[in-house]
Amino acid sequence: MPLLRIEGVAKAFGNFRAVDRLSLDIRAGEFFALLGPSGCGKTTLLRMLAGFETPDEGRILLGGKDIAQALPHERPVNMMFQNYALFPHLSVRDNIAFGLRRAGMARGDIATRVDEMVALVKLDGMEKRKPDQLSGGQRQRVALARSLARRPQVLLLDEPLAALDKKLREGTQAELMELQRRLGTTFIIVTHDQEEAMTMASRIGVMDAGRLRQVATPRNLYEAPSSRWIAEFVGDINLFSGEITSRENNRLKVATRGAGTLVVSELWPPVSNDVVNVAIRPEKVKLSRRAPASEEGGSQAINRLDGVVTDVNYLGGVTTYKVKLESGAMVRSSVANTARLDIDAYLAGQRVVAWFTSDDCLVLEQ
Amino acid sequence: MARAVTSMTRFNITALALGLAFLYLPIVILVIYSFNASRLVTVWGGWSLRWYVEFFNDRAMMEAAWMSLLVAGLSATLATVLGTLAAIGLARGERFRGRTLFSGMLYSPLVMPEVISGLSLLLLFVALNAERGFWTVTVAHTTLTMCFVTVVVQSRLTSLDRSLEEAAMDLGCDPVRAFLLVTLPLILPAIIAGWMLAFTLSLDDVVIASFTTGPGSATLPIRIYSEVRLGVKPEINAICTLMIALITVLIVAASLASRISSAQGESGAPL
Amino acid sequence: MSARRIFAGPARLAAIAPYLWMVLFFLVPFGFVFKISLSQTAIAQPPYTPVFDFTEGREALAAAFGQLSFDNFRLLISDNLYILSYLRSVMVAVTSTVILLVIGYPVAYGMARLPRRWQAVAMVLVIVPFWTSFLIRIYAWINILQHDGLLNRILLALHLVSSPIVWLSTDTAMYIGIVYSYLPFMILPLYATLAKMDASLLEAAGDLGASPRQAFWLVTVPLSLPGIGAGALLCFIPIVGEFVIPDLLAGSNSLMVGQTLWLEFFTNKDWPVASAAAVTLLALLVPPLVLYDRLQRRQLEGNS
Repeated sequence: MPLLRIEGVAKAFGNFRAVDRLSLDIRAGEFFALLGPSGCGKTTLLRMLAGFETPDEGRILLGGKDIAQALPHERPVNMMFQNYALFPHLSVRDNIAFGLRRAGMARGDIATRVDEMVALVKLDGMEKRKPDQLSGGQRQRVALARSLARRPQVLLLDEPLAALDKKLREGTQAELMELQRRLGTTFIIVTHDQEEAMTMASRIGVMDAGRLRQVATPRNLYEAPSSRWIAEFVGDINLFSGEITSRENNRLKVATRGAGTLVVSELWPPVSNDVVNVAIRPEKVKLSRRAPASEEGGSQAINRLDGVVTDVNYLGGVTTYKVKLESGAMVRSSVANTARLDIDAYLAGQRVVAWFTSDDCLVLEQ
Repeated sequence: MARAVTSMTRFNITALALGLAFLYLPIVILVIYSFNASRLVTVWGGWSLRWYVEFFNDRAMMEAAWMSLLVAGLSATLATVLGTLAAIGLARGERFRGRTLFSGMLYSPLVMPEVISGLSLLLLFVALNAERGFWTVTVAHTTLTMCFVTVVVQSRLTSLDRSLEEAAMDLGCDPVRAFLLVTLPLILPAIIAGWMLAFTLSLDDVVIASFTTGPGSATLPIRIYSEVRLGVKPEINAICTLMIALITVLIVAASLASRISSAQGESGAPL
Repeated sequence: MSARRIFAGPARLAAIAPYLWMVLFFLVPFGFVFKISLSQTAIAQPPYTPVFDFTEGREALAAAFGQLSFDNFRLLISDNLYILSYLRSVMVAVTSTVILLVIGYPVAYGMARLPRRWQAVAMVLVIVPFWTSFLIRIYAWINILQHDGLLNRILLALHLVSSPIVWLSTDTAMYIGIVYSYLPFMILPLYATLAKMDASLLEAAGDLGASPRQAFWLVTVPLSLPGIGAGALLCFIPIVGEFVIPDLLAGSNSLMVGQTLWLEFFTNKDWPVASAAAVTLLALLVPPLVLYDRLQRRQLEGNS
């Protein structure tokens, strides 16, 4: 039995279906991310878990008990708000103690717990300050401490890092992960930032139009997207539409419109339809001046595409190239800049061979 | 662009200064003349407190002043309670039947000519056979000033971040406690301002009090008004100055109180 | 059900007491005004007939209904005094509102262009006179405007006039009093809209070739229309029914409707005619009141 089971939950606002009969299991101790474009229903789902919205249908089981209709204060779940929602009239200490007082904890225990939380988020010496005397990063940590103080079974985080600047955000991501590992609390985070979700979460649920498109580990989400939509939403990808002409030895041959016949290793479960897209991530497309020897692919088949470099974008860590194939189709490739000097670089107008192995690409249904 | 701004500013500051002078000068002159020793209000006869002494010895005036203060204090308190409740209903009640009528009844007295409000309340009191005097004036003032309290408190409530209330519920408060522990402390300055506004409006009113009071129980503004109709008297200057002083003290006290309440934490509260 | 709904229940319960209070002391009294405006004057206490007595049974009530008539309204229409006082009230209110706008706009504009910190100070400075009694402020002007008051002595000392000018009991004095009393009501809503305005809009207008004057008329003024509307209504409506200011400062040869109502009620003791005057005044004010109510609601309740 998972800690949290969401079963056929739906929520509509007027005619707009924010969450559409969604089911999801979350295990104890997970760091789960809900990722999706704005308006996909991820915040509504989170607010239903917190109790700020009540589902129109479906059940939310926490430890086997249905809490779908329970009021927010009756749930062993706490939330960290996007804008932190710190009580401006209370000090840091009183903000953190707020939930403990409501739980009827003894005075001495409250003091001990607050000290513990203050130390946990490294806010020692700030206890007497009011929220408006804190920096953005400090406020974020007070909000975190306040929502963790009651030791909730599940902590909900609504875009917890959105209000921080980029540098601070990266450091805070690491702190948040470290904290989650230490406490073992189940974290559910809502974010629209895929890098953030990939970095922190052990599993990611991608939402679109009120439904879950895929639930997977960050690696599987990126390397084995379940659909063309996911593949395009998470990261960058080259797609060639075509038709499967043969299936043998776990190898598919696909006749594509833009890139000739490509050989793709078949994934499990196999695709049922013959009309497919061949998908390849840009960093898996290698470039060379002449055709690679067939042993470079090992036991795999190598797909070779001849073309001309049209665009070169130097981005520091990587350089991205656009290669125009003879068919007129474009292939994007990104190459890590492993050497400081540019001896390996290609120039616009140069003829190159873009190649990738059958294991590095996959087929996706339309 | 910078040049345009400075030339704008010169015009702005002039407009602002003239506007403020227009607002303040008459009051300042009145205060100065209340300390005039001369009986002729226009001739400066040196500094003196004689008109204050005269006021404190004027029994009728003192009685009226006392009644006005009682009416103002009581009606402002009632109006603050009712007006705050009304503001909560409007700002947090979402849609409910009769809401349009409710908000209409609360917003229109703000601009309703006082002669109409006064006359209609009087006719009600006559129909109810209520004895006119202290209580009828108090009820009348409560009715009209609670609308001002509602507007002040409601605008604070609507501008308040709703996620604060959600956070309170998330941390274990039922809706009522969330309101008492989080919302109420945050709108307290507005509630205090509402009380002050109600108090001064009541202390100020001539027309509605004239309609709703009975024979023999005049409020201070009614007395001042009937004196003023006969011409300027130095004693009135003194009374007016005292009223201004009272309001000033109240404003300063209120702003201090709201500063202190915001400096205090929850630790001090028994809850 | 959403978080907002969780609060809605208790909030509606809170509204019950003020709701009942306003129905009893604001709505019901208008019923009495309407009823008495249709009654006859009588020398009695209360001075009108019929007096509805619900203990006398249906017949008596029906008879009482039969006695209601529109005579009072007929009187109002036939007597020039009333028609003139309504016309005068509207004229005074329109003129005062225009003057208030002309004076209030530059002040509000000046406030809105001040540095942030100073805006708050200016705001307090505008509000504080509002806290001091309105009667006191009128009285302060009587001090200044009287025959040997400060204004005349300054004018004489500067040799601008050779003999004291009569200020009191003139329309000029009344307009000064009205403008003085209502100025904060004009400035505050204007300031509220002007302060919200993005300064970069004016820069954009300038960038696109508008002179500062054109930018003001083409950008600032249209965007401040809601504030102008709110300020104008906030002043216009109560000024139409104003009593104290014209009574203390204006002459007695022409009356505003608030004064005639007062006169009928307190001097002539004619409650039915006073009520009819109130009903007519109210009817006159219904369109601006509805407009004002809508503006208030939009401002206080947003578009949700």
